[in-house]
Amino acid sequence: MEAQFLIAGFGGQGVLLIGQLLAKAAMHDGMNVSWMPSYGPEMRGGEANCAVVVSDEPIGSPLVTEPPIAVIMNKPSMLKFTPSMEKGGLMLYNSSLIDIEPDREDITAVAIDCNGIAEKLGNARTANMVMLGAIIQRTGVISIDSAMEALKATFGPKKEHLLPINRAAMEAGAEAAK
Amino acid sequence: MGQKMLMKGNEAIAEAAIQAGCRFFFGYPITPQNQIPEYMSKRLPKVEGGCFLQAESEVAAINMVYGAAGAGARVMTSSSSPGISLKQEGISYIVGAELPCVIVNMVRGGPGLGSIQPAQSDYYQSTRGGGHGDYRMLVLAPSSVQEAVELTQKAFDLADKYRNPVLIMGDGLIGQMMEPVEMPEYVKPELPEKTWAATGWKPGCGRDRAIINSLYIDPNVLEQHNRKLFAKYAVMEQEECRWQEEMTDDADYVIVAYGTTARIARSAMRKLRENGIKVGLIRPITLWPFPNAPIQKAAEHAKAFLTVEMSMGQMVDDVRLAVNGKKPVEFYGRTGGIVPTVREIVEQIENMAKEAK
Repeated sequence: MEAQFLIAGFGGQGVLLIGQLLAKAAMHDGMNVSWMPSYGPEMRGGEANCAVVVSDEPIGSPLVTEPPIAVIMNKPSMLKFTPSMEKGGLMLYNSSLIDIEPDREDITAVAIDCNGIAEKLGNARTANMVMLGAIIQRTGVISIDSAMEALKATFGPKKEHLLPINRAAMEAGAEAAK
Repeated sequence: MGQKMLMKGNEAIAEAAIQAGCRFFFGYPITPQNQIPEYMSKRLPKVEGGCFLQAESEVAAINMVYGAAGAGARVMTSSSSPGISLKQEGISYIVGAELPCVIVNMVRGGPGLGSIQPAQSDYYQSTRGGGHGDYRMLVLAPSSVQEAVELTQKAFDLADKYRNPVLIMGDGLIGQMMEPVEMPEYVKPELPEKTWAATGWKPGCGRDRAIINSLYIDPNVLEQHNRKLFAKYAVMEQEECRWQEEMTDDADYVIVAYGTTARIARSAMRKLRENGIKVGLIRPITLWPFPNAPIQKAAEHAKAFLTVEMSMGQMVDDVRLAVNGKKPVEFYGRTGGIVPTVREIVEQIENMAKEAK
């Protein structure tokens, strides 16, 4: 089993965190994982993306050049990565900020109203966790419980009070992706 | 072994160094290795005897390394290609003075300021000395974050054992990537006491004055000194060669690749084996000394070799020297910060197999 993800958006949307939680949770589930960020002269509002590979075998390339699974959080990323997607791939995209659909017939595209759902839950900053819930629902690579364990370890005791709202966001995202 | 953690290559190397007793770090920022000094700046002041210092330049940093090494400390610096070029004068002095230290190069595209993306185009610089004069450094090339941790700790031991700098040659990808790491418990091997260290001499302190020097005005003395250095390098060639071989026994085609490129080559090898082409992989772990032995062995039965690098072709020279004309040695490389893909390597080997028919 090998799952390759490309997660892209703009800086500040938490796309790197989505990838890290995915990798951390899968690691705790006993899988081999790699997480590779795009790096460059980056800034808030600039482009950000990361590649995550989860496998039961040792991981070769940590780069994902033809993503079988693309997680797209903003419109420039949709335009940039749609052409390189693998045939038959799965794209989860944030329809709150993207007013177009991917122009590919040979992929499955799932629209998730990440920001809308997060705002309804009362914390706009959990839009990335809504998307993580959708990823979990559609791919089954990790469970919400293991993602929560990873988030707990990332947050530490200071932010523990934010765990319930993040869980609610993941669950709402999973529901939206059904 | 401790608990599994998800760590960036750069951070893992920094922590591994501290675990191995590194207490001095001198550096200057440059992408893609910045997490090493960043981590050191947070951690070292909290470690007993730890000192982190951001120097005013790479040249200053390597000379601070020279000083700390001369005093017998475990000391490290890190940089990326253009910064490593700036350190070469100091490295040459450190080799000449026979002092141990660890240098990390997270290689990026060159020449000049180049790009900040991963590359392997500093192979010549790393394995042929780099600075002026006749010298060698042990060069270790990790291909995973876990291996980067293990080789960093080993680097300090090897540096002390040979009184010579050890270079860890990674690339932007090894530095920036996160992978699971188990931080091994560092066990220091038995090493000779640093009786040569300049730690402050007083009359009657029981040893000669420690003199740290790389200047030998008398050519006869310098020649003798260089012969002594090369006798040391001969021992390194005998004892420190490291490599990994995979599926070479029955291989018709053998890929030689190191670091990041070896990971991609391994995926290509698996795909090619599924398609019925017998491919093996030789991954040099030490770039100097270069592992000639497994390549010579494979040259007995393989049809051809393919060297894959993130450069226009540097290590391929060493592969050709090892193969010594017995079999064809092809090359495939991407440069400028571009990482080769599995598909590209698969196509290369498929073409070689077609031509052979």
